[in-house]
Amino acid sequence: MENKNLLEVENLRVYFPVHRGTLIKKKVGEVKAVDDVSFKILKGETLGLVGESGSGKTTAGQAILQIEPPTAGKIIFEGKDITGLEKNERRKLRREMQMIFQDPFSSLNPRMKIGNIIEEPLIAHKLTNNRKENKERVEELLQMVGLMPSMAERFPHEFSGGQRQRIGIARALAVNPKLIICDEPVSALDVSIQAQVINLIEEIQEKLNLTYLFIAHDLAVVRHISDRIAVMYLGKLVEVASRIDLYRNPLHPYTKALLSAVPIPDPRLEATREHIVLKGEIPSPMFPPSGCRFHTRCPEAMPECSSRIPQLKEVDSHHFVSCHLFKD
Amino acid sequence: MAKLLEVKNLKTYFLTDDGLVRAVDGVSYDLEEGETLGLVGESGCGKSVSALSILRLIPYPPGKIVDGQVIFEGRDLLKIKEEEMRNIRGNHIAMIFQEPMTSLNPLLTVGRQVSEPLEIHQNMKKKAALQQAVKLLESVKIPEAELRAQAYPHHFSGGMRQRAMISMGMGCNPSLIIADEPTTALDVTVQAQLLELLKGLTKEHGMSLIIITHNLGVVARYANRVNVMYAGRIVEMGSSIDIYENPQHPYTIGLMASVPRMDQDVKQKLIPIEGQPPDLANLPEGCPFHPRCKYAVEKCLHETPVLEPVDKNHKKACWVDIKSGK
Repeated sequence: MENKNLLEVENLRVYFPVHRGTLIKKKVGEVKAVDDVSFKILKGETLGLVGESGSGKTTAGQAILQIEPPTAGKIIFEGKDITGLEKNERRKLRREMQMIFQDPFSSLNPRMKIGNIIEEPLIAHKLTNNRKENKERVEELLQMVGLMPSMAERFPHEFSGGQRQRIGIARALAVNPKLIICDEPVSALDVSIQAQVINLIEEIQEKLNLTYLFIAHDLAVVRHISDRIAVMYLGKLVEVASRIDLYRNPLHPYTKALLSAVPIPDPRLEATREHIVLKGEIPSPMFPPSGCRFHTRCPEAMPECSSRIPQLKEVDSHHFVSCHLFKD
Repeated sequence: MAKLLEVKNLKTYFLTDDGLVRAVDGVSYDLEEGETLGLVGESGCGKSVSALSILRLIPYPPGKIVDGQVIFEGRDLLKIKEEEMRNIRGNHIAMIFQEPMTSLNPLLTVGRQVSEPLEIHQNMKKKAALQQAVKLLESVKIPEAELRAQAYPHHFSGGMRQRAMISMGMGCNPSLIIADEPTTALDVTVQAQLLELLKGLTKEHGMSLIIITHNLGVVARYANRVNVMYAGRIVEMGSSIDIYENPQHPYTIGLMASVPRMDQDVKQKLIPIEGQPPDLANLPEGCPFHPRCKYAVEKCLHETPVLEPVDKNHKKACWVDIKSGK
């Protein structure tokens, strides 16, 4: 493939310091939310980022947008390192990357009309010349996400969850971004509405040639929408593969367990399917296990797993896994 | 198998500022001993309210059970005295709630909360009840149960809290457990752990289980029979094989087509159900699903369909025969 990388993330680390004490604050430790994560996103592709709560997937997304400054590592967008940019430069960057948030109820200002919410990025980035152009662009965006132009005069509370998510998408599209980070965009929606929003996200990708980083915990949704999928566990990538490879031939024990934990809406299939039930729960990221972070729950753990940290390596063409079961 | 529970024409209404909300509007179903029933639907379809009504846990005002019968082990639970009802709750019918953090008391130790129903219903002495609670916590695989029994809910993770809730429900050996979205707030791997545990325990003790959920996969994995609810009514009921392989109501068909499935190979386009979920205070005339239904005919706009058999043990509430389109 000759596709160019739109985004490269190299050895990204995001640590949050943990303080104790009220007056004299003392750093007592740190939460390694994202710890040495590298991946690439090709132009026009959708990379799915899955993991359970506390895996660091949202933090990784926020670090790319520089909402959460990375502790270390590089984020290369269109060949340019964008970590540690000046405020002005960072602002310009926001035109290239946008985000769609999980909760459509708290991500829209309840006191602003829909039209104003969508035109705000236009004004902030001076993308239009006058009010008339603003209005036209807002109408165009509303139509693009399947809403009526007349809805610009209404307030967020007048809309349902699915419609609000459409508004959030319109706002993200306003600046004509190249990359959109979708952070759990459908998990707060009802089942019958999820499909509407997923279809919309797919349609606008095709129409506008967008690139997505799609963060979610629902593996069925991620599989549906992504070209490639990266699986995270406790701040580390455990497996990266194409959508088909990952589901047909999962290699990492965690990926296997994760896939088998998702029930399929087919009772006959479920009756015969193997269910891997993991023991215990995801450990605290403040005190991650030594060696491979999954070894405490891994059904196939070996002695070396608790001492040596496995590295992500390519074991099959474009199929990366970080596990001692696979030798180079 | 004998019938354990019969719900007949249950109606629970709420009087709100927006008008009368018919949260549950004429729901009837049976549950047999040892059976697992899935109650599926989206938010606001009345699945939780119908379950809370069984235990008479509807806050009044604004809510009220206005009609119907809930016959459990031969008695109508809607007619008995509150005192007798208290003896049923937690003792014969236990409920596992969605949010373990808000349904556990933050001021009491977990052990105390698990042992409380044992003291009340089984007349156990405090010490014996606490010992039993430790055993129960062990049965739901809480490590170091004796130590953990002295901890408070905030010391527990979400999955552990839900385990404690399950052990509390199991305590008095009820014949029916109602689990209201028991794993919705939890991660997939923890969800799988808990559902396997719940299934194992109910099977071991021969308990019946009602699982309330919006997740079609969970129902397929764990339930024998399924009731699909929409706008306060059951629109389709049948064995899980019937519902998944031969759905007859347009809403059920729509739901199945709108969820991405992990076993489908190609990048298939999802077929969403158009329109918005219904506003219960403002339901349309006729079939409540007709504004979103692509099969709707003239009759659907005026007359509300009732559950009619399509097959043995398979019923639907729809005027249209999907196959012929009439």
